[in-house]
Amino acid sequence: MLSRRYSVDISSINPLSRVPLFVVQRARSVLCSLGSKLSKGLLFTLFFLPFSAFAEYGLNLTEGVTPVSKNIYGLHMLIFWVCVGIGVIVFGVMIYSIIFHRKSRGAKASNFHESTTIELVWTLVPLAILIAIAFPATKVLIDLENTDKADMTVKITGYQWKWQYEYLDNGVSFFSNLSKESNDKRQLGAGGDFPENYLLNVDRRLVLPVDTRIRFLMTSNDVIHSWWVRDLGVKQDANPGFINDAWATIEKPGVYRGQCAELCGKDHGFMPIVVEAKSKEDYAAWVKEQQALQKAAAAAGEREWSKDELMVQGQKVYSTSCAGCHGVTGQGIPGTFPAMAGSAVTTGDIKAHIDIVMNGKAGTAMQAFGGQLNDSDLAAVITYERNAFGNNTGDLVQPSTIKSAR
Amino acid sequence: MATTTSDVQIDIDAHDEHHHGPDKGLMRWVKTTNHKDIGTLYLWFAFTMLLIGGAMAMVIRAELFQPGLQLVEPQFFNQMTTLHGLIMVFGAIMPAFVGLANWQIPLMIGAPDMALPRMNNWSFWILPFAGAMLLSTLFMEGGGPAFGWTFYAPLSTTFAPDSTDFFIFAIHMLGFSSIMGAINIIATVMNMRAPDMKLMDMPLFVWTWLITAFLLIAAMPVLAGAVTMMLTDRNFGTSFFDAAGGGDPVMFQHIFWFFGHPEVYIMILPAFGVVSQIIPTFARKPLFGYSSMVYATASIALLSFVVWAHHMFLTGMPIAGQMYFMYATIMISVPTGVKVFNWVTTMWRGSMTFETPMLWAVAFVILFTIGGFSGLMLGVAPVDIQYHDTYFVVAHFHYVLVTGALFSIIAAVFYWLPKWCGRMYNEKLAKIHFWWAVISVNVLFFPQHFLGLAGMPRRIPDYSTQFADFNMISSIGGFAFGASFLLLTYIIVNCIRNGEPVKDERVWESARGLEWTVATPAPYHTFNEPPKKAEILNESSHIGAH
Amino acid sequence: MQSNNQYFVPHGSYWPIVGSVGMASLLGGFASSLHGNVLGTGLMVLGLVIIIFMVFGWMGQVVLESESGIYNKQVDRSFRMGMGWFIFSEVMFFAAFFGALWYARNLAVPWLGGEGNNFFTGQVLWPDFKAVWPLIQVPDVSKYTVPKGIIHAWEIPAINTLALLTSGATLTWAHWALLNNKRNQIIAGLIATIVLGVIFLALQVAEYGEAYQHLDLKLTSGIYGSTFFMLTGFHGLHVTLGTIMLIVILMRVIRGHFNPENHFGFEGVAWYWHFVDVVWLGLFIFVYWL
Ligand code: HEA
Ligand code: HEA
Ligand code: HEC
Ligand code: CUA
Ligand SMILES: [Cu+2]
Repeated sequence: MLSRRYSVDISSINPLSRVPLFVVQRARSVLCSLGSKLSKGLLFTLFFLPFSAFAEYGLNLTEGVTPVSKNIYGLHMLIFWVCVGIGVIVFGVMIYSIIFHRKSRGAKASNFHESTTIELVWTLVPLAILIAIAFPATKVLIDLENTDKADMTVKITGYQWKWQYEYLDNGVSFFSNLSKESNDKRQLGAGGDFPENYLLNVDRRLVLPVDTRIRFLMTSNDVIHSWWVRDLGVKQDANPGFINDAWATIEKPGVYRGQCAELCGKDHGFMPIVVEAKSKEDYAAWVKEQQALQKAAAAAGEREWSKDELMVQGQKVYSTSCAGCHGVTGQGIPGTFPAMAGSAVTTGDIKAHIDIVMNGKAGTAMQAFGGQLNDSDLAAVITYERNAFGNNTGDLVQPSTIKSAR
Repeated sequence: MATTTSDVQIDIDAHDEHHHGPDKGLMRWVKTTNHKDIGTLYLWFAFTMLLIGGAMAMVIRAELFQPGLQLVEPQFFNQMTTLHGLIMVFGAIMPAFVGLANWQIPLMIGAPDMALPRMNNWSFWILPFAGAMLLSTLFMEGGGPAFGWTFYAPLSTTFAPDSTDFFIFAIHMLGFSSIMGAINIIATVMNMRAPDMKLMDMPLFVWTWLITAFLLIAAMPVLAGAVTMMLTDRNFGTSFFDAAGGGDPVMFQHIFWFFGHPEVYIMILPAFGVVSQIIPTFARKPLFGYSSMVYATASIALLSFVVWAHHMFLTGMPIAGQMYFMYATIMISVPTGVKVFNWVTTMWRGSMTFETPMLWAVAFVILFTIGGFSGLMLGVAPVDIQYHDTYFVVAHFHYVLVTGALFSIIAAVFYWLPKWCGRMYNEKLAKIHFWWAVISVNVLFFPQHFLGLAGMPRRIPDYSTQFADFNMISSIGGFAFGASFLLLTYIIVNCIRNGEPVKDERVWESARGLEWTVATPAPYHTFNEPPKKAEILNESSHIGAH
Repeated sequence: MQSNNQYFVPHGSYWPIVGSVGMASLLGGFASSLHGNVLGTGLMVLGLVIIIFMVFGWMGQVVLESESGIYNKQVDRSFRMGMGWFIFSEVMFFAAFFGALWYARNLAVPWLGGEGNNFFTGQVLWPDFKAVWPLIQVPDVSKYTVPKGIIHAWEIPAINTLALLTSGATLTWAHWALLNNKRNQIIAGLIATIVLGVIFLALQVAEYGEAYQHLDLKLTSGIYGSTFFMLTGFHGLHVTLGTIMLIVILMRVIRGHFNPENHFGFEGVAWYWHFVDVVWLGLFIFVYWL
């Protein structure tokens, strides 16, 4: 019953039957690699190995590449060791007692049950320890909350389920979606090969320069999201209607990955973040390139498109921007997201169709795409919806129509 | 001494039987005003909900067994997560503790029954209706609640399906039930104690429940307020949680956590009480530091009202707020530490045996402390940046809730079941079950620390391949732990139906407390005459009072 | 019955399960009627009827038991504690809404206007928004109604304050009378209290009418309207309940219930009424005046 009702897109390919074989294969590989990992994990549990050795096994936090993330890491290790220390003492005493003060060993119960002195000691000593932790913690906190004196600012807006990045200093702006390979793979279910960085890859990365103090402004267009890149030491909620800020100075070029960290609906697990840190020169070149691309896209909206062009482009746009809610096959989810197949809107008046796609519907998950997509993409996706999923209306919508509707 | 007591007891029984013993048939349970009957109802209800919530956890763990979407759709996965959390919290843990309170508090303070017996019945009989309403949302169009047990706006307001209004009313009913239950407990403890029992003679389980009841009465109405505002935001155009009208979605979180944080202590204080009863019994030594235990419990309760925003360090709170909530939060470790130290010192130089209840209590002390340590780490605001909304948090709260609250409930059931039904469980099977559960639960939850630190967010149905190994281990542990409940069910049912009869009213060699002075099995009506001063003192001196 | 120093433990009762069925129908029916289900409305009404039936049945039985003298002092104390803690839980319920008002007024609205660490919120998201309280303007005027004005404290609300405060006094006067067994004075005091309660409610209705018809101040007027109607509305509901309870008590007094020693029913309702009174003072100060 479950799979019939909920497996809208994947039921046909859901390989429950393939699971056992897959499990055997996977378990074998897990067991091999795990032998070593697990024993290290266990040792970690028992608090014996020096710490730096763990980073590579994905057992612990990483130090990251910003001053803040490094401070956080240091603090994390400090508290961790404090807890380990206290744990060793408390559990040590307890285990000693369990071994030696048992009746079967002939232990006789003594009758003491009060001591104000000792109660005071074990109130004050932990208190002192906590105060000792609070000092460095406060310092790190003050540092990471201070977003002044930024060299550049990026505004980050969460959408169900993608991120928009706007470089406030140079006008570059784009959306970043789950990459196509990951998206295709997740529709297929378990088994088979996973693309590299499965679910941690996007179609367009957030490119940033190194050694630059960057301010991030976080907000949301619908529900609360949270922008998190572990190596940057940044996690900040993106609240609709409010702007939060955070900052980072990336010290090392590289690619850093993260994910949305606040439950934001159905595809919360599928809105990753990829930051690519480049040298300042490379970054400047990248900005030029983006500005040129944005111009070219605007120009494409000026010409007449053929139906095939529109359908091909439309399918692309649909699968990145719309399929998340309305489903790859346009079936939607009854009660939550309406179907596109045979809907009164997609097969009825073109104006109403253009209107809801461009302006969304206030108070529902249906966003206004007018500000998110350019003329040609909007024209393409509307054309696609009107001709796919058996909607064969034969209608064409041209970018110029969209332009005049703005 | 003991003989005279039981003679008196049996006398009262016989005399009572022809007055009003239990009715027969189903209606006995529907109409009952007897604290023991109602306690039993609560406990079975909680156990049923535990199995339902646990079955949902099994769906979660099965989906997360390997990367890739396999069994359920993301939307359904979110419903499982949400309902698992809600059912475990409101359906399993809280009712189980109320059930224990119903059985034990009158027995432990020498009262004939709860103070307001009819209301006691109502508190229980709201629950099945509320639970049914909550579960029925799963079958409505658009599915059940899928916004997490914390139901943050606007995901739960503007962006949620119609069934959410049923969810809201289910919460209203659960809250109403809890408030009435708590009022009853306060009235019972304050008004029904044997006249010669002073507050500082009370067993710790009674103390912790008294304090918990205060928490409930102060916290649950705030939750009712939160869901009421949700209701009007959803249906009547108010804008409490919408910036466009001058409200703030973060305000929802403040109101929710003002309830939510005390709520987690509501689920742990009675556990502290249980453990404080069991350890002295099996260490054959009075509880160490009785009065500091009472004060520590009260401090934890008070502090719990002023730390709520440690769940919200990343919402953009002003820095002064973050600092304050950080300091207040980590302060809670101090009174909690006092408790842990007291338990350990109670064991120190005792004469310990390790019957099943003691095993669970010892496991509680160790594993709860581990959960407390991760709580402390979470409480440090700047580091919470890396932990928040990851599996590190999931690991934290399952250590305090499963190996904390749930373990203490299991310990309590093994400890008191022989008194309730006059039969002994199978010690050998119970020990096997203990080791099975305690090992598998660590396989289940310990790796989740690593997952969180390595960057796996919570509430996701699918994950990147780098998290695969630990998820598989965790799931295997989860299935093993889940299966252990089948054995537990067998042990309990077997005990009730064919366990070895127990005649000794003391049951455990060194158990102290008024509940051990009545006959075994506990008669339907107890303490029609309040126990005498000497007896009270004798019983309470052994639990460390005085 | 048992000896006098024994606590009265009632035998089984049907009322709780009736109450649960009523509550589930009322709320379940309400939820489905919110989504246009006509059957839901019916179920809701049925639930309400069942609950009223339960309240009268249950309370009736308690009154009967009380009058037959099987409640001793200890039972009385249990009732008192029950009522006291119930009122405390109500206080916490109102605290949630007062908290929301405080938060909106002192934090959320100033932040939307760009204060504190929300400079960019004001600057980037709501450049036209001016944060003033009472919040006549909302950040997004396309989504919420804009009220033309607010209810001023020193008009109807001040009269209402006077009415409620006086009613507190008349009720206390009745209580004194009860302690001195002056039946006519009790009845006079209770009637005065009830009349004042009804006057309060009538004025409140008039105020709502004014707000909706002339001021465009509605539930949908942004956070000001939301907090205003939520707080005053729930308070009004409590006054209504309190008035009904007073009427019941009046009838019991007329029937000769209660005596100077034994009158928990009266006192419980009096506590409730005073609690409603105090909440109103809070409302008057924080919702209307400041
Ligand atoms: C029974 C329930 C329970 C209990 C008892 C606790 C106990 C504590 N919790 Fe936990 N917590 C939860 C249930 C519980 N928690 C739940 C359900 C969530 C998640 C909610 C959600 O988002 O869904 C959560 C989340 C949570 C967070 C938010 C994390 C996040 O989302 O980012 C934080 C942050 O501060 C926190 C802190 C603490 C602290 C400091 C304690 C302290 O009380 C612990 C104190 C105990 C000890 C420290 C151990 C013993 C002490 C000693 C041996 C003395 C010496 C020690 C020292 C001086 C260090 N908890
Ligand atoms: C209050 C107590 C409580 C308890 C007891 C549990 C018990 C368990 N929880 Fe719980 N959990 C929460 C409270 C609790 N949880 C909360 C509050 C959340 C947060 C929700 C949210 O994010 O909103 C959460 C979230 C949560 C998650 C994270 C989900 C996510 O973020 O997406 C996971 C994942 O592993 C999980 C797993 C488990 C497991 C495996 C158990 C096991 O201990 C369960 C064991 C019990 C059983 C399995 C039932 C008994 C057995 C049977 C029915 C027999 C049939 C079974 C087999 C044969 C296998 N829980
Ligand atoms: C986050 C979820 C989400 C995304 C992404 C989304 N929609 Fe929607 N859409 C909805 C919801 C919810 C509605 C229903 C609104 C209502 O209640 O009327 C809707 C309604 C519609 C309708 C009207 C259908 C009808 O029968 O009423 C059309 C057409 C539509 N969407 C097109 C699109 C297009 C084109 C895209 C992508 C460019 C898209 N949607 C992306 C959630 C979404
Ligand atoms: Cu966006 Cu989670
Ligand atoms: Cu908390």
